[in-house]
Amino acid sequence: MSKFRKVILTSALLAAAGLTSAQSTAYPGVGRPATAKEIAAWDIDVRPDFKGLPAGSGSVAQGQDLWEAKCAHCHGVFGESNEVFSPLIGGTTNDDIKTGNVANLKRADFPGRTTLMKVATVSTLWDYINRAMPWTAPKSLKPDEVYAVTAYLLSLANVVPDDFVLSDKNIAEVQKRMPNRNGMTTQHYMWAGKEFKGTNKPDTANVACMKNCVPEANVASMLPDYARNAHGNLADQNRLVGQQHGANTAVPENKSGPVGGAAVPATVKSAGKAADPALALLSKHTCTACHAQSTKVVGPSFNDIAKKYPGKAEYLAGKIKSGGSGVWGAIPMPAQTASEADIKTIANWLAAGAAK
Amino acid sequence: MVLAQSNPVPIEGGDPNILNLPEHATGLGQGVAANHGYGVPSKFESNVQRRQSPGLTQTTQASVSFAPLQSLFGIVTPSGLHFERHHQGWWDIDPSKHRFMINGMVKTPKLFTMDEIMRLPSVSRFHFIECGANTAVEWGNVAVPTVQYTHGMVSCSEFTGVPLITLLQIAGADFKNAKFILAEGGDGSSMTRTIPMSLILSGEVLVAYGQNGEMLRPENGYPLRLIVPGIQGVSWVKYLRRIEVGDMPYAAKDEAVHYMDLMPDGQHRQYTNIQECKSVVTTPSGGQVLLDKGFYNITGLAWSGRGKIQKVDVSVDGGRNWRQARLETPVLSKALTRFNIDWVWDGKPAIIQSRATDETGFVQPTYKHLRAARGTRSIYHNNAIQSWLVQENGEVKNVQVS
Repeated sequence: MSKFRKVILTSALLAAAGLTSAQSTAYPGVGRPATAKEIAAWDIDVRPDFKGLPAGSGSVAQGQDLWEAKCAHCHGVFGESNEVFSPLIGGTTNDDIKTGNVANLKRADFPGRTTLMKVATVSTLWDYINRAMPWTAPKSLKPDEVYAVTAYLLSLANVVPDDFVLSDKNIAEVQKRMPNRNGMTTQHYMWAGKEFKGTNKPDTANVACMKNCVPEANVASMLPDYARNAHGNLADQNRLVGQQHGANTAVPENKSGPVGGAAVPATVKSAGKAADPALALLSKHTCTACHAQSTKVVGPSFNDIAKKYPGKAEYLAGKIKSGGSGVWGAIPMPAQTASEADIKTIANWLAAGAAK
Repeated sequence: MVLAQSNPVPIEGGDPNILNLPEHATGLGQGVAANHGYGVPSKFESNVQRRQSPGLTQTTQASVSFAPLQSLFGIVTPSGLHFERHHQGWWDIDPSKHRFMINGMVKTPKLFTMDEIMRLPSVSRFHFIECGANTAVEWGNVAVPTVQYTHGMVSCSEFTGVPLITLLQIAGADFKNAKFILAEGGDGSSMTRTIPMSLILSGEVLVAYGQNGEMLRPENGYPLRLIVPGIQGVSWVKYLRRIEVGDMPYAAKDEAVHYMDLMPDGQHRQYTNIQECKSVVTTPSGGQVLLDKGFYNITGLAWSGRGKIQKVDVSVDGGRNWRQARLETPVLSKALTRFNIDWVWDGKPAIIQSRATDETGFVQPTYKHLRAARGTRSIYHNNAIQSWLVQENGEVKNVQVS
């Protein structure tokens, strides 16, 4: 043990023994008491025992309105969408609500795991929606709105009825109906402490055998040939020099060729011309949360928009500014609050072909 | 064995790179303090980048970029190549406006500015940070081609900061009754995680502002992040704004919905945070090509969330026979450790593996061991022995063996 560690441990033990007052004066002038107002502004966490939960209430119906306006474009109207994030709802049954164990988690063939299949604690939902949602405007919901959205989500999984009003008074009762409330274990060796009284040894026990350890190895899994270039040309992902170069995956593999046949001189892409300023704005205004260059995410791809509206910068600027729905599908695009100049830059870029 | 010379003498009788003097030997070079006073890598190094794995995520703000382990030397990850994991995008926060609060089970809730935190006695330590989901896509089958995508969510830096215990002492934390802390970020996601008090008492947990001699990079939490050695990266809360001292775990989203390990019986192991002993050969590795037969230096990285690496063994026959590799200095607790071993390739197919043992005596498991204990659906904490197949044509493929 290093000398330094010893000092730290000693002071830790002193502290643990309650002798902290001497320590607190060791650094005069550093830090000041936090005010009650400051703590109230930042101490927003809600624990599983509901410590930290503000008073309030919200109905399933209110939650549905909020959901459709602020949440559905990423999560789907019923929390079922997997287009942007993993689905929130699905895979739980009324029987799970009785047992507290989601039966589908035992099935190796069950596709995907939704949030409601996994989460054991209703406090987790409330806390996370409150601190981090909606994704592009976190912490913008009022407590009653968080109750409402949480109630709507729970109603989709039949945890609460459609006419339910969730509040700080009844949330502990709702906890007793969480479908996977009994689905967690801390009986393992993977927590760095004794707080959960887990197990005392690892769950794997390999040995460092050195000679004739296993029979001859057979390849049981490797990527199929068609996936050769799925991660881009690997020749461009290795340095120009070195004991190994990158494989040129832009061409089919020469399987019969001698060693050296697959190696090509690696190249470095030139810097090219400067990027369009619109590209930075797409990220700044989080357009890329819903739109991608060439594939549909929530909204249409930039390429598809450019193809449909060549030269129509003014029309596109209007759509960005006031939002819209129906042109590309049912999911509405919210009105955007970017500056006129930024909207114009983006619209011009789209109208000119959306070149990357 | 007679080998072709990989750098043969040209028919002209000499290498034109020698016979024709290049511009850099016959002209005037560039001046000091170029690039606005901050040096950048050679233009010939532009292939060495952190990269996204295509199709892994639908957005760039809740996503991952992987460090190019195949191109790195030693144990330090250059800060600009450090892997990224953001849950709600990254920010470049004005440090003069950043505040750090301690509340909960303390005598006096305290508030600190960056100026004040940087006045306190500091320590500098090398530690690895690994995402709990590193190598996650390989639990069932081979899914990605290179070490960048299989193992690139691990990085190692020298971090500088203040032991969290010092700050808790200043606030008068109730060490007798407190069992956990909650760490909370100041960004949109306001990431929260539960950290065991026992780890903080050890003095290892830091509130850090420094990374590899400069401030943290914005993508890594500038100006302040938590350093929790040996523990998965999601606990190293970025843009750290608050620590709450408490007596029960918090069941935050990333410990009650994600970052839990599903077992075959349908139960989730919750509060799994240690990154167990693991290693990987970084060269030769998937997607690379051996240019010829002959001598090679097999090199790689080993690490353990439970302490120092004790030894690393390397096999070139798929795990049948093993030789002990050289560990290069420094060998530090809960840091990446570089290993090397000599190898003469005879041109025949070879399956290269590495197997690390840490100071607790724990030996890195095979896929067989891991799947027997946890099945194939637990996503996180895949520390299995990695296999690279060197084919006769010199191409190296990511494989799993039976």
